[in-house]
Amino acid sequence: MELRAGSRLKSAVCDTEVIAVKAPAEDIDIRCGGAPMTEPTNSEVEGGTPAEGADGGTLMGKRYVDPEETLELLCTKPGAGSLGIGDTLLEIKESKPLPASD
Amino acid sequence: MNLMMLLEMASSAFGDRVAIGSKDGSGVSYTTLYENSGRAAQFFRNSSAEKIAFLDTSSIALPTALFGSAWAGLPFVPLNYRLTGEEIRELGSEIAPAIGVANISMKDALEGVPEFEAIEREDFLLQTRNGELPDADWGMDPDEIAILLFTSGTTGAPKAAVLRHSHLVSYILGSVEFMGAGDEEATLVSVPPYHVAGMAALCSSVYAGRRIVQLPNFDAASWVDTAIKESVTHAMVVPTMLSRIVDELEKRPGVSIDSLRSLSYGGGKMPRPVIEKALHLFPNTNFVNAYGLTETSSTISVLGPEDHRNALESQEEPIRRRLSSAGKPLPNLEVSIRDEEGKVLEAGTSGEIWVRGEQVSGEYLGHGTKLTDDGWFPTNDGGFLDEEGYLFVEGRIDDIIIRGGENISPGEIEEALLAHPEIRDAAAIGMPDTQWGEIIVAVIVLSDGSDIPVDEVKVFVKDQLRSSRTPDHVVTMDELPYNETGKLLRRVLRENLSGFSINEG
Repeated sequence: MELRAGSRLKSAVCDTEVIAVKAPAEDIDIRCGGAPMTEPTNSEVEGGTPAEGADGGTLMGKRYVDPEETLELLCTKPGAGSLGIGDTLLEIKESKPLPASD
Repeated sequence: MNLMMLLEMASSAFGDRVAIGSKDGSGVSYTTLYENSGRAAQFFRNSSAEKIAFLDTSSIALPTALFGSAWAGLPFVPLNYRLTGEEIRELGSEIAPAIGVANISMKDALEGVPEFEAIEREDFLLQTRNGELPDADWGMDPDEIAILLFTSGTTGAPKAAVLRHSHLVSYILGSVEFMGAGDEEATLVSVPPYHVAGMAALCSSVYAGRRIVQLPNFDAASWVDTAIKESVTHAMVVPTMLSRIVDELEKRPGVSIDSLRSLSYGGGKMPRPVIEKALHLFPNTNFVNAYGLTETSSTISVLGPEDHRNALESQEEPIRRRLSSAGKPLPNLEVSIRDEEGKVLEAGTSGEIWVRGEQVSGEYLGHGTKLTDDGWFPTNDGGFLDEEGYLFVEGRIDDIIIRGGENISPGEIEEALLAHPEIRDAAAIGMPDTQWGEIIVAVIVLSDGSDIPVDEVKVFVKDQLRSSRTPDHVVTMDELPYNETGKLLRRVLRENLSGFSINEG
């Protein structure tokens, strides 16, 4: 699937929804709960459950990245599946909390 | 990417919390703000407006119009509601076709400007309270314009800085933790809507889930009263505000704002005596100094609470002086100091502050971008980084005094002057001189009842700096000219001085 910054995706197997904050130029196999993610308007979602090993869940407001940080997804709705590219799971982008400045 | 993402997330995760309003529950929740913004978007779309202006003090109409504009895909343009009729008509024609949410005097002033429809606050809010809610159909193109902010224009004609959704969303995602605020937290916003910190405060607070308490017209007494009444936990002030708050608290012994956990200041140079007094008056409050520009979507570097305490407790001058620094750059930004050719300078050497990162716009409407090919923004602010990467800001490059070929930062002289217990305010200005190119004129405001001989002032500065940085002339005034957000108007000061007879002394 081809992504752009601002693209929205939803999980086919759980409640997870994300927005791409950063996306690589090439096609990319983004999954949640082990199943390819889909356009949020797609109503023909079969349902099902996250695959074993891809069922750690997502947290709202967290950003998920691949090791090279070419892909960054913002979780806008949490769910039971884990995000990944193919079989490789994404990780939470750790950020040091900053003091409120404005 | 769209600012509406932030409000949508807030509404879906903690929609019942009070977004804007009082702790007694009056105000609007995140869900109500979301829905009202949708109806505002509908109202904007039903017109032929291409921009949404805002010419009023802070109220619930401000976030509604901001997020409504984002939803409708139209740039939001907060303007200074204290401009003269002529100035506002000129800006109004520049941004037409537009709708402007305006106070009554601004509405009257805009009467007759072609394709500019001014609507009063209450009439606007009526449009947002009832009616069909549009689909969540805002655009997600990160390059759409979110906000146009006319830079304060302390020199020359104002220009509109262009902040796109990508800049603001990057800033918020990079610096604010989603729902990071406890539900007892409240922030007191007293900067006006047309200041970048006012816009950033709305976005940050919505994403953090921190209740916003608005103080539409700042004065120190109401700031203190509101902070106490609303159990305010966070606040941001510009230096002149903090200075007045300090004076106010000194007049009211025994009064303290116990709820205040974090006080952030920025938007101009903070005199060290003011911050030192404030640290003593608020012993349990965390202080945060933020440095940023309109063109960088607000904050780019932060001096945190720990840095403040370390500096205050240290006996070593290199650490103590960090109290006057802007702290360290945000982690997702790069800052470097350059010479006039753009070459990177080493730690401790003053030059121009350059910054690069996703929140940095550096673009002006109709004037293109000021970014270099590789994305750096030369800020036009002078400064240096110390050995550990603390950023010291020395003021606008244009304000640097060149005396006999030596570059002198006015900030350094001002700081030296302000260390005098009887000098309440000070500015150093370069004035043309046939022998030196420029000479240093110190303009000072004395504490009530003080009278210091000019020579004593000169010696006082000379003892701290060196003779070439000693003011050539010292002029005493009753007040220095500031704009309403606390920026010293050096241009005005210079004009005032040119008519002033500077006596030898």
